[in-house]
Amino acid sequence: MVISHEFDYRRPSSLEDAIGALAEFPGSAWILAGGTDLVAWLRDDAVAPDLVVDIKDVPGLADIALDDRTLSIGSLVTFTDLIESDLIADHAPLLAEMAETVGSTGIRNRATLVGNICSAVPSCDAGPVLLAYDAAVHLAGPAGERTVDINDWFVGLRQTARSDDEVVTRVTIDVRSHGGIYVKLMRYAGEDLAQAAVAIVVRPDHDFRVAFGAVAPTPFRSARIEDALRGKALDAALVGRVVALVADEISPITDMRASAEYRTRMTEVMLDRGLWAAVGRLSGEGLRYGERVI
Amino acid sequence: MDLNFTVNGETWALDVAPADVLLDVLREKAAVKSPKIGCERGDCGSCTIIMDGRTVRSCLVLAVEADGHEITTVEGLSFDGLSRLQGLFLSNNSFQCGFCAPGIVLAATELLERKPNPSRHDVQEALAGNLCRCTGYEPIIEAVLAAGAGGDQ
Ligand code: FES
Ligand code: FES
Repeated sequence: MVISHEFDYRRPSSLEDAIGALAEFPGSAWILAGGTDLVAWLRDDAVAPDLVVDIKDVPGLADIALDDRTLSIGSLVTFTDLIESDLIADHAPLLAEMAETVGSTGIRNRATLVGNICSAVPSCDAGPVLLAYDAAVHLAGPAGERTVDINDWFVGLRQTARSDDEVVTRVTIDVRSHGGIYVKLMRYAGEDLAQAAVAIVVRPDHDFRVAFGAVAPTPFRSARIEDALRGKALDAALVGRVVALVADEISPITDMRASAEYRTRMTEVMLDRGLWAAVGRLSGEGLRYGERVI
Repeated sequence: MDLNFTVNGETWALDVAPADVLLDVLREKAAVKSPKIGCERGDCGSCTIIMDGRTVRSCLVLAVEADGHEITTVEGLSFDGLSRLQGLFLSNNSFQCGFCAPGIVLAATELLERKPNPSRHDVQEALAGNLCRCTGYEPIIEAVLAAGAGGDQ
């Protein structure tokens, strides 16, 4: 199957040129980074751009950097880069744990963290983790730069707060001490989209972030579950109470990869085990990052 | 559009359309047939090539993206005879029909470059995205483990 749709291709060497190219084709230009979603969608005729803007030659987008307490991840940083980065291992280990579950090595070598949240499919692995980390998304457009809170990023099925003439330059995370876990349900290890996913971050004062993936049109955080947990020590009764909220909070569908019932029950199990593991990691005990609870 | 790139050490200057996919261009215009057309959506690994030292799925790369880059396929591993890993695949009878072999050879080559002594788990992870319909994977994994245990070279 070839790509039957014709389009123009440009590879600008500056951010200004990239933004300018997008502005020339309002609404019909697509940004290309790793291409693992875009090229598949082009093959499927799921998208029909007039212009593809390859941003891989734009300088400064491929870095992972720590500036004071702000960890910055450029929009060309791949999942493999996350796995191999000491800064990520030290300051945002959930990102590496999540990255290891994405596709295969050949996909991770190419696919980017930022591309994942720009594609914004319900099962995107980066979404729940960035929500749990209170990340910020940085964009550049004709009107200058702006920042979008990750909580405002996912606006609908495959829809984000980015406007057509903007380029995401990086995501940032405030580095603070935490424990956490990314729990992903797949049909088999390696090479699968999430059937359901839970990301949990817990701070030393037991402020929790609990985010879900693949069980609603977008990744999302549950304020009810977070409120119930805030400031409390975990015990079986408390975990039981928040697990009982799951069925109400999520809205999974049945498709070829899993039934809604299965997704719901497994999400409950994943939250239960994930909470204990996240609190264990906060105190430096229990599972190492990368060790799985399901 | 102009596509200037290196395939197995040889430089090529080709004229391609933006919609041309790298896998097809390699096979049809750059004289390498080892990357295989499988799922064409990133799932099976049969189209795997090494681009600038890393495996990528050439079915998900536009040919124009390879402009200025360096590509290695199985043909490029074997200029001076089979690599040590390839020899071990042979002596372990690792493959049957061989359709998955080019992708698996390259994925395992990348693994061994990064981790000269991989564990069984490492090998399974590294090859998880390369599907084989014939062998059940055991003889493949055994050969990669043997290549690791043999130390450098
Ligand atoms: S043909 Fe490229 S991964 Fe299957
Ligand atoms: S040997 Fe036939 S697909 Fe692997």
